[in-house]
Parts: sequence; structure tokens; C-alpha cells
Amino acid sequence: MLEQIELRVKGLNFYYAGGIHALKQINLPVRSKQVTALIGPSGCGKTTLLRCFNRMHDLYPGNRYEGEIHFVKDDILSPDMDLISLRSRIGMVFQKPTPFPMSIFDNIAYGLKLKGVSKRPELSEKVERALKNAALWDEVKDKLNASAYDLSGGQQQRLVIARALAVNPEVLLFDEPTSALDPISTAKIEELTETLKKEVTIVIVTHNMQQAARISDWTGFLMLGELIEYDRTDKIFTAPSEKLTEDYVTGRFG
Amino acid sequence: MTRELIRKAEGFVALAFCTLAAGLGLFWLVFILGDVLIHGFRALTPALFLSDPAPAGSDGGGLRNAFVGQLLITLAATAIGVPVGVLGGTFLAEYARGRKIARIISVLADIMVSVPSIVIGTFIYAILVKPAGHFSGWAGAVALAIIMIPVVLRTTENMLSLVPWSLREAAFALGAPYYKVIIQIVYRGAATGILTGIILSIARVAGETAPLLFTSFNNSFFSMNMKQPISSLTVTIFQYAMGPYDNWHAQAWAAAFVITFFILMLTLLGRVIIRWRYK
Repeated sequence: MLEQIELRVKGLNFYYAGGIHALKQINLPVRSKQVTALIGPSGCGKTTLLRCFNRMHDLYPGNRYEGEIHFVKDDILSPDMDLISLRSRIGMVFQKPTPFPMSIFDNIAYGLKLKGVSKRPELSEKVERALKNAALWDEVKDKLNASAYDLSGGQQQRLVIARALAVNPEVLLFDEPTSALDPISTAKIEELTETLKKEVTIVIVTHNMQQAARISDWTGFLMLGELIEYDRTDKIFTAPSEKLTEDYVTGRFG
Repeated sequence: MTRELIRKAEGFVALAFCTLAAGLGLFWLVFILGDVLIHGFRALTPALFLSDPAPAGSDGGGLRNAFVGQLLITLAATAIGVPVGVLGGTFLAEYARGRKIARIISVLADIMVSVPSIVIGTFIYAILVKPAGHFSGWAGAVALAIIMIPVVLRTTENMLSLVPWSLREAAFALGAPYYKVIIQIVYRGAATGILTGIILSIARVAGETAPLLFTSFNNSFFSMNMKQPISSLTVTIFQYAMGPYDNWHAQAWAAAFVITFFILMLTLLGRVIIRWRYK
């Protein structure tokens, strides 16, 4: 199977305001329609790397990128990059569910409206499709006008995934999406990634190594801001090339 | 005496003092409210709301001019003070977040809240009334708006800061520009809090007399012209209570009753909104 590269990180260095050198010379491919997991001990830079893909760091003054991240024909890190269109092409799901203070329907419609979809039938259809894709439709179809806060944590997280899916992104970034959820909700989200990867490329940051092993095709192991190893997930977890990787995945530290 | 007994005695004394202090505060509150209620309610007549003041010393008449004037001044003050306060608070909590300028303005606003309102009245007298050569309803509205602004500004700032930053990030991550994030997400999350602040600030200025004495002054005739002196309940209460006529006193009581009732209702509304928000 020919695997296309969706995102290619080249020589990426990242400095937080204040000068902390959080990512050092990262080179990493993210393969199209596959799940790439980023693992590593706390503070290793995995979330920092994830947030480079949609330039979240730009929200805070003083942060600085060096290097390139190729995304189709563009360089994400280029100063000319239009962040609004970038962020509608690369969606993000956060650690804690972040439903907006509005109805379930309006939550999903939010991104669509930003993109200029305003006709009610079209909105309804796309909202329904997004909710179905996020495996939430059956649970909420009778209460689309209820507040999103009425949903359980796991449902909220799937709502947020649906919201990100609604605008048809090419890539979805997951920042520890299940760390605030119970095991059943976690299982649902993991199942979901399996179906989602038919449509989108997924990059997931996780603390949970079993999770990375279960759902990802490729895994990058980071430590202290450096990418120690990147390979197929089964290789990383069964026969890693680096001693550090082996120590980490076998639970010797971290 | 054992140590335990001493501790119990200390606890009893402390409790006694606290209860006494609370009782004392409550006593005066009930006394004042009861007095206003009894005297004011007795003087309430339909004519109070429907007719304008009779010539001084003669019986009858009402305070229609003062009710309408008070309403106009308060509405105008709200129309000026709320947008400035809300937008200013938005600047502090969003655009200037974490910057020194935001802290400086916050501290200044806190100082402004405690500036005696008569100082604001004389200030407006100097910059609006004196140059114009006469008192005006607008000057009164501006004075009240200046009292409102720091209250609304600080409430807005606090309420916006309570909206979790992750919510903004989530909106940014969908490709929303900052102004849309603020209007569609952050305001929505903070709406009830800001609304409560606005209502309480209206309640706060509705009872002000000193700033109006220097600005809108008073008018014994019915007027809706904000460019001219205009009557207000608080100034009328002041004038009538100090006056020599019995029916003035009665009407002052009635006016005091109405304005107290109005402010009480606003405050209650604020509370209801807060409760509804946390449900």
C-alpha cells in the first residue's frame, strides 16, 4: 500500500517565550489516513509538537518556531500561512472536552458557519453527518437543541470530535483526548479513531502506551524535546532500535 | 477552670458579640426599610404617578415629572455606561490580558468605584454644566454613566476571565478570528455574569443624589428635554424632605418608597440571574 505523507516536519525547533528550547531538531513524517501516536514522558514536548501543526502557539506572544512543516504544498510555519484556513483544514481535540456554551446543534454548526454555510437545510444535513461520523447521532438526535453541557463527559468529547469533523478537515490532532474519560467512553473514542482514519489523518498525543499500541499505525517517541525514535507502532512496542525507547515502553521510567 | 471550659467561654463570648453586631446591623436596616415602607405606602396615590407637582404650598399634585426624568436619566446613563464598561472590560480581559496596562486600568477602576459620587458631580459640573451655562439631563446622565463604568468594567473583566481559556483555544482551533471568539463564545459563557453586573450597576446609580444635584438639578415642570434641567426622584426627595410643606413630606416618603422598591427589585433580579446561572 502506497503511503502518502500528509505532514512532513523538517528540522523543527521550537522556543517558548522566555527562551525554553522545547523541541530540538525534529524530523518526522505523518502519513496520510493513518494514526500517528506521539508518546513520551511528561514534559517531553509531544503536546508542544502537536500544537505546532495548527500553530496554536501563535496565540501567545514570544513563542518562536524554526524549521518547516510541509502540508501538501504549503509550509505551515511560513509567516504567510493563513491561520484561519489552516485551522479549518487541521482540526484539534483537546484533553478536556470543550463544548461551547450553546446547543448541541449550534456547537456542530459553529465551524460550518465560520466557513460561510448559512442555509438551514445544508447545516442540518452536515450536522447530522458529523454527529453520525462521531458515533453520537443516535444518542442526541432527539435533543439537538439541548445545551451541550447536558451531555456526559464522553459524549461531550465525541461532540467536540463531531464539531471538528463537520468542517471536513484533512488532519485531526488529538491531545490526550481520553485522559479525562472513563474506560467505556475511552473505548468508544478509540473505536472511533479506527473508522475516522478512512477519512482523515490522525495525530494523537497520549500518555497511555497501551492506547498508542492499540490504535496507532506509527509511533514517535519523544524525550526532552528530541524525537528519539519513529517507526511502525508494532516495531516500537516489540523491537525498538533505541535502548531509551525500549526502557520507556517497557515501563522502566516515565 | 479547666482549659476546655475557658475555650467554651471564649467561644460563647465571640458568638455573643457576633450575634449582637449582626442584630444591630439588621435592626437599623429593618427600621429604615420599615419606616420607608409604612410612611411611603401611606402616601402612595395614583395622582403621584399621573400628575405633575402642584404649586408650592397647595395640596394635590404628583411627581410624574420626577418619575419620567429619573427614567430618562437612568436609561441614558445605561446607554452610555454599559457599552463603555463592557468594551473596556473586554479590552482588559482579552486584548490586554497579562499586560501591565490592564493591571493599571483595573486598579484605577477600583479606585474610581470608591470615589465619592459628589466629586463626580462637581467634575461634570465643571466640564459640562459650566461651559453650557445651564444644568441639563445629559450632564446628569453622563455623571451617572461615569459612576457605572468602573463597576461594569470590572465585572465584565472578572466574568470574562472566568471563562476557561481552553474554550477560546477550541474556537481558535476551528479557525475563528479573535473578535468572533469573543462575541460568539466568550460573551456567551459570561453573559449572565455580565448582565448581573449591569443590573447591579443600574441599581447603584438609580439611588444617587449628589451627582445629579450638580448636573441635572431639578425641574418643577414636566419635561422630557434632556438638554434642559430635568427632575429626578432622588433630588426631589432631597428638596421635598427639606421643604416646609406637609404634602411635600408625604410625597418625598412616597418617592423614597418607589425608588427603594425599584432598587430592591433590580437587586433581586440580579440575584435570580446569578442563581439561574449556577443551576
